[in-house]
Amino acid sequence: MPLVALSTGFVLLWLFLAAFPFIWTAWGSFKVEADFFSRTDWMNAFTGPATEAQTGSSFTGSGYHGAWIEQEFWRAVLNTSIVVFCVVTISLTFGTLGGYALARSGFKYTFWILIAALIFRAMPHVTLVSGYLLPFFEMNIWGYLPTTIIVLVAINQPFTLWMLHSFFMTIPKDLDESAMVDGCTRFQAFRLAVIPVMWPGVVTTGLFSFLLAYNDFTVTSMLLSQENQTMIPKINSFLGSTQQEGKVMYAVAAAVSAMAPLFVLVMVFQRQIVSGLTAGAVKG
Amino acid sequence: MAFIWPSLLAMILFIAVPIVSVAYQSLFVEHQQIMTQVESCGPFGCKSEARVDAAAMAELRTEEPMGRYNGLGTYTNASHLAFGELRAAWAASEGFGDFFDKVMNLPFYKALIFTLCYTFIVTPLVIVLGFCIAVAVNAVSARLKGPVIFFSLLPMIVTPLIGALVLFWMIDSRGIIGATLQVLFNDPQLSLKASPTLTWVTLFVYGVWHSAPFAFVVFYAGLQTVPQDTLESAMVDGASRWERIKYVTIPYLMPLATFIALMQLMDNFRVFEPVIGFSAEASASSLSTLIYSDLRSGDFPLFGSAAATSLLTIFGVVILLSPVLIRTWREFKHKG
Repeated sequence: MPLVALSTGFVLLWLFLAAFPFIWTAWGSFKVEADFFSRTDWMNAFTGPATEAQTGSSFTGSGYHGAWIEQEFWRAVLNTSIVVFCVVTISLTFGTLGGYALARSGFKYTFWILIAALIFRAMPHVTLVSGYLLPFFEMNIWGYLPTTIIVLVAINQPFTLWMLHSFFMTIPKDLDESAMVDGCTRFQAFRLAVIPVMWPGVVTTGLFSFLLAYNDFTVTSMLLSQENQTMIPKINSFLGSTQQEGKVMYAVAAAVSAMAPLFVLVMVFQRQIVSGLTAGAVKG
Repeated sequence: MAFIWPSLLAMILFIAVPIVSVAYQSLFVEHQQIMTQVESCGPFGCKSEARVDAAAMAELRTEEPMGRYNGLGTYTNASHLAFGELRAAWAASEGFGDFFDKVMNLPFYKALIFTLCYTFIVTPLVIVLGFCIAVAVNAVSARLKGPVIFFSLLPMIVTPLIGALVLFWMIDSRGIIGATLQVLFNDPQLSLKASPTLTWVTLFVYGVWHSAPFAFVVFYAGLQTVPQDTLESAMVDGASRWERIKYVTIPYLMPLATFIALMQLMDNFRVFEPVIGFSAEASASSLSTLIYSDLRSGDFPLFGSAAATSLLTIFGVVILLSPVLIRTWREFKHKG
């Protein structure tokens, strides 16, 4: 079976390409800079002689200590948690209401949301940010977490609406209409008949809102002040201000810390992520 | 239906209004410097020199935060569409190559060319690589599939900036890939960061690495639905494995390829984080990083310049999407 062997080889090669950079960086984050960026031999990052010479053991948490405690990365982690939690909650609330309304109304505006969702997916977020800055400075709401949260919710809205709208289209109309025949108001029908069956779609959409808020660099780096910074801009600022010896490892440790939750997320929600990615393809 | 209002309001306030605000801002430029004569006396006598009057500038900025009106001047100046410079370059240059070099010195065109190259080189490569991985994974034993999908998702799910940084650290001349390349080419001076061409290639490689998982997942899902009886009848008719892929699988997956191409065109057109992560602004600026660096410049952001670039970028997005928009509109009319 040469063909199976060939395919297996190719798959293994791809696996190596996809996973190795992360494993390498995670391993290297426990070394000192002289090892991770070794002038003599790259194998040093693997074995760690300089780490052993400097700290007495071949693994060190000094990068993590420096990033989390000295540079107060924990503050950024806290800010990210707040931003991500609020963005996911608010955009799902708005999105389920809006998506449900769209799916149940007879109007032909599905085309227009689709167009909006398309254009906003293609439009660089930084173009919108350049429109926010001046008004936000003038109104004195620049730099605070709530401003950033509502901006991220709005940017995410077209996509959320589109996904939830197509999800609600698959829930039969009869379900909530029969509830209304039984004397429910529209809102009661939504709460009692639709909410219990909508969770799969909401979880998938929520995952993508989470990723948008968690991975965002453009909005958070431009709209947050220094002390309110979230993780990703914080890591970027490590690079800018702390080029001196030793501080690069802070950025490496912080980057690995920011990657870890995503690994767990993929492990737990692999099925939902895959179905979310393919949903658009199947529905056209 | 009142349910739509919260999300509609959010979109109007934070998407529609900012676009209008961008359009308005692009008509203004920052104030001219107000100069004052200052007597400065040192040990070698007094002399008068011109300085920027900071207090007057601050007052002017609070009075007119937008800056002064400039009409469409920002659009046509040297750092945007640069019509004057283009004409001069065309008149002065000997051949097309020379003209091209001059155009590449204009920041807007440099960014536009990089963005277009990135979009149209990365997108096809992503589709081809994703398809190959999907076909290969489909052929290996079922036990491997779960872990393969898990690891394949990583480059796509991990924050783009962090993904770029991870590779950036590895291609450092003291990192594993950088050092290996130096040994392979036997050139201790080799650095992927130094030459513009190599930086472009690095960014393209990053782009393919980052997006191939998306194409893989979509194609892989599509492969599960390829009609088995068509494949079997092709096999009965004596089609080789390659012929089956060529005449059955690929035509069947064509709509998916269109979908991936569309998504990738949109995502790649706004390439931003990799350029920041690879610290590559000097040799490869994209339209997004151009706006970003305007907003980050000096003490006071260049709102007018950033707004003009933003509007030109939005215009570019509309042009890029226009074939799709027109097709969707036709289908919609047809259905409705």
